[in-house]
Amino acid sequence: MDVVWASRLQFGAAAFFHFLFVPLTLGLSILTAIYETLYVKTGDEDYRRAAKFWGRLFLINFALGVVTGITLEFQFGTNWRYYSEYVGDVFGSLLAIEATLAFFLESTFIAVWAFGWNRLSPKMHCLAIWLTALASNISALWILIANGWMQHPVGYVLRNGRAELKSFAEVVFNKFAWLEFLHTVPAAYILSGLFVLGVSAWHLRRGREVAFFKKSFRVAAVWTLIFSLFVFVEGHLHGTEVAHTQPTKLAAMEALWETQKGAPWTLFAIPDPAKERNLVEIKIPKLLSLLAFHSPEAEVKGLKDFPPEERPPVSFTFWSFRIMVLLGIWFVLLSFWAFKNRENPEASPGLLRALIWSIPLPYIALEAGWMVAEVGRQPWIVYGVMKTAEAVSPISPVQVGVTLAAFLIFYTILGVIDFWLLAHYARKGPEPVTA
Amino acid sequence: MEHNVFQVIWFVLWGVLWAVYFVLDGFDLGAGILLPCVTKNEAERRAVYQAIGPFWDGNEVWLITAGGATFAAFPKTYAVMFSGLYTALFVLLFALIVRGVAIEFREKVAGEGWRRFWDFLFWISSLVATLILGVAFGNLFLGLPIDAQGIFRGSFLTLLHPYALLVGALFVVAISVHGACWLAFRVNGEFRERLLRDAKILWVFEAVLAVAVLLFSLKLTPLWGNYLKAPVLFVFPLLAVVGLILVPYFLNAGRTLAAFLSSGAAILGVTAWGVAGLFPNLFPSRLNPEWSLTIYNSSSSPLTLKIMTVVAVVFVPIVLLYTLWTYRTFSYRITREELAYGEGY
Repeated sequence: MDVVWASRLQFGAAAFFHFLFVPLTLGLSILTAIYETLYVKTGDEDYRRAAKFWGRLFLINFALGVVTGITLEFQFGTNWRYYSEYVGDVFGSLLAIEATLAFFLESTFIAVWAFGWNRLSPKMHCLAIWLTALASNISALWILIANGWMQHPVGYVLRNGRAELKSFAEVVFNKFAWLEFLHTVPAAYILSGLFVLGVSAWHLRRGREVAFFKKSFRVAAVWTLIFSLFVFVEGHLHGTEVAHTQPTKLAAMEALWETQKGAPWTLFAIPDPAKERNLVEIKIPKLLSLLAFHSPEAEVKGLKDFPPEERPPVSFTFWSFRIMVLLGIWFVLLSFWAFKNRENPEASPGLLRALIWSIPLPYIALEAGWMVAEVGRQPWIVYGVMKTAEAVSPISPVQVGVTLAAFLIFYTILGVIDFWLLAHYARKGPEPVTA
Repeated sequence: MEHNVFQVIWFVLWGVLWAVYFVLDGFDLGAGILLPCVTKNEAERRAVYQAIGPFWDGNEVWLITAGGATFAAFPKTYAVMFSGLYTALFVLLFALIVRGVAIEFREKVAGEGWRRFWDFLFWISSLVATLILGVAFGNLFLGLPIDAQGIFRGSFLTLLHPYALLVGALFVVAISVHGACWLAFRVNGEFRERLLRDAKILWVFEAVLAVAVLLFSLKLTPLWGNYLKAPVLFVFPLLAVVGLILVPYFLNAGRTLAAFLSSGAAILGVTAWGVAGLFPNLFPSRLNPEWSLTIYNSSSSPLTLKIMTVVAVVFVPIVLLYTLWTYRTFSYRITREELAYGEGY
């Protein structure tokens, strides 16, 4: 294994694990804040318990989100030295701004919230969780602006042997980055919403704390429906942007080999990159041209139009994309179902079962979506500007290999403990009313 | 010309971020190093966690920001430093991960074995993280074997130079003293008395090591060079010495907060002394001074530095304000009743 591959795997593993923990915190912080606000407004004790219960699950996950994030920041330097040198002028500042604007706020106020239950007034305490929620979402924004720049670099000029910042505004208001943000973060909200719905369903099925979990359920049902519809519509806009700015990614997402007018949408295919064709395919005529360019006769570029060394891994991108889309459709249906039954969810056992079994699905959808974004960008680390192979540090494969192995073992153990703790506390239910 | 001003500003900010990091995260790292040595029972151990619980996470962000600021302001230094010190950095990262997880998970499951396991990891990870940071700074002071392309011509063992280890030892002891002062400030009764005593014993080692580092630096490193050029810089080592002398004085008087602040001043002074001595180098080459990475040959463009300056000038004071507010809100004395209430993680 060469250093590029080892580094890619290592970075991929670190990002994969980070992305297991972060999405839940993005939405659960807001849901916790909503429950606590309802408590401050109504004085309903169940909402205070809800804030504590969901907030504790948030806290368990938060710790791992933070520590896996530190690793990612440092990996740019350790494993991608020439990337850091070449684009640090544009990219580095985005990470530094994220830390200054968001990370401090988040880390400080989550502790204020955790330790402040009877040291702060209810309003002040509620403000602490809102600040935490706001900060974690601002943090996601800056990270996705940074990633959006790698996907679609703007506002820079090549000078002094590197990419130098030309317009900060262009970088910050990069349309691609904002579409990515509006796709990824609401997708994380779906994950959090379905998490709350799933855990609530588990308790409702067993008839535990019914009044309590019905309240949690109602809020989360509305929330999840809003965002699954939003992500569905936004996903389409995001896709058209990809069609315009990253033609190789689009072609790989669709396993489209030949450039053609009125390109079909492929429902199913087994791509065979060696022979540059698909073994089996089921197609819907003209749909891809319509979806990507809003015209049934529009021309879509196929993979053969690009040299083989500039094509991303096709099968991987194609299937990741399809898994994401199919799950997205399922989330719309499921959340609509939950919304319809939000007043009396305990009366529909089928819904409850579906919700419980669906808890892991948004994790899969998010990871798949992330793989489309990152693997689909290959072989570029910065699309059209710098190749991944040129970015890697002058280090030995052994060094990377050892840390990769250590990461995998270590993160797996931590992940298992984390999900075990989440399940443990989720099953335990909220604290008794008297406490 | 204007560019140079921003490069210098970012050198200063870079130093400030490190100094604030060591002063703040220092006491919770110190608490971790001390945990198995100063506590006699579960109540005392819980008091230690409670004493740092609301703060450690925010404190660690200063490290992340110091890393981020290096990336943003001096990308070449960031790239060369982090890839060159690959193994050391990963050990540091693993230590930080273990540490954060240990603090968070310890209280989550009842059971003596479970807690003891995380206590052990918390101790070892605090110790390793502190030692590595100290050794890393020791190596910066010495200069590193990097060639003209910024490629590190050494191994992990190269970093274990006796002088670097000496600086590492100073870090461990200074940060332990700092942690002991903070814990003594937060608890009461017999535990507090014991902490005061331990802090005084550790202080003797800190003083000896600090003098050794200052003297050996004269012989082994170019750090003192800048001081002859600009004697006003002597204010930093002076701050370190005064802070250091005041620690036992306040400890004897039972004024734990003052002792903690003095110990913080000592750490601040030592860090500032080292950073000021490095100027304008960020990552000096021991092979050939020409190959050193300086603020002039490794910085970002003027535009990036300007934008970053605006961000820092606006937001760092805000961060300091709410950080101060949390310290005021949560610096209560940890009594038995507080522990029984069991707030937090």
